[in-house]
Amino acid sequence: MRGASQGWRAGLIGLAFCFVPPALATEVRIATFEAVGDAIPAPLDGLAGDSTRGQKLVRDRETGNCLICHQAPVANEPFQGDLAPSLAGVGGRLSVGQLRLRLVDQSKLNPATLMPAYHRVDGLTRVAARYRNRPVFSAQEIEDVVAWLATLKE
Amino acid sequence: MRSALLALVVLMAGAIAATAETRTSARELLPPELQAQQADDDANPGMLWVTSGQQLWSMPAGANAKSCSECHGDATTSMRGIAARYPAIDAKSGRLMNLEQRINNCRTANMAAAALPYEGEDLLALTAYVAHQSRGLPVSVRIDNAAAPHFEAGRRFYFERQGQLNVSCSQCHDDNVGRRLRGDRISSGLPTAWPAYRLDWQKMGSLHRRLRACSLGVRAEQLDFGSPEYVNLELYLAGRADGHLVETPGLRK
Repeated sequence: MRGASQGWRAGLIGLAFCFVPPALATEVRIATFEAVGDAIPAPLDGLAGDSTRGQKLVRDRETGNCLICHQAPVANEPFQGDLAPSLAGVGGRLSVGQLRLRLVDQSKLNPATLMPAYHRVDGLTRVAARYRNRPVFSAQEIEDVVAWLATLKE
Repeated sequence: MRSALLALVVLMAGAIAATAETRTSARELLPPELQAQQADDDANPGMLWVTSGQQLWSMPAGANAKSCSECHGDATTSMRGIAARYPAIDAKSGRLMNLEQRINNCRTANMAAAALPYEGEDLLALTAYVAHQSRGLPVSVRIDNAAAPHFEAGRRFYFERQGQLNVSCSQCHDDNVGRRLRGDRISSGLPTAWPAYRLDWQKMGSLHRRLRACSLGVRAEQLDFGSPEYVNLELYLAGRADGHLVETPGLRK
């Protein structure tokens, strides 16, 4: 399902990691945020999310790969996991801020959670070189996915 | 007080035993037609490697032009039950070795032959042939004495969250057995089928190749074939599979 442009982009990122020390790569940056209760009310870096991009990230096996564990109401996805709660209706159950915190770092709510922290790079062990010092999602990608999840009202 | 303590110990031992017993072979998660295919030697594609290993067993190799069979004779008797006890500590070197490493050690030390490349066809075939001689026998590895620190290191590795996705072996293979990861059902992590023919690979592969696939899945470093970490883990997996029957050659998705 990956388009040529995505392949091209992945190739470029691969190239960047051959020649650019990870510390200089833009992907490394982790947004600062303030949690209030079980939510991060403000968008990361004040960015606006795009729900269309968000749905793509949720399905993409190379990035979010959310459907490896979760089921979601999307067409043409026969292989969906069932380790984690279904995403159907999650936008009705949780506020945007609650979704954001659970994506950024669910372990702040439950240290034993199976859910990976999608916007954190510290406290990890034996990370493969190509993923080292890179969060799963950038701040923009977090906002995109939050925007799509918020549309899942039923 | 003492009887209460004893009751607690008995209860705990019972709980541990129950856990070991409730683990089932990943074979049982396969659709019935694939289970039947594994059980039928004429249909199980892994048997091609077993047959190839049988030929290699009596083929001279190395500067001394010796074969495995010259020292070990008929593998169907001499190798029966051996794989069920591996990985094991090599008495001479004190090193923990899995079956692949034991075969290569025998080649370099006793046959003056070159070590076979890990994951190459010949080592897969010989390993599968030797392991096949234990099919139907219960796994029973030593985890005491010199093996104990290796078992403990393997146990720590198993329970340690790792990779960019920060997931431990246990979080899937203890906590979510039978559930679906994409289209695949999660196994109990018993190492009893290996080397196994995996449909995903369209060929035979070692346990360490399977471990590397799991490492990749959680975006952790893929360790080398035969690395001490994976051999320690292999020992832990074999220890927690105590009493489960060897299946080599297994068939897996």
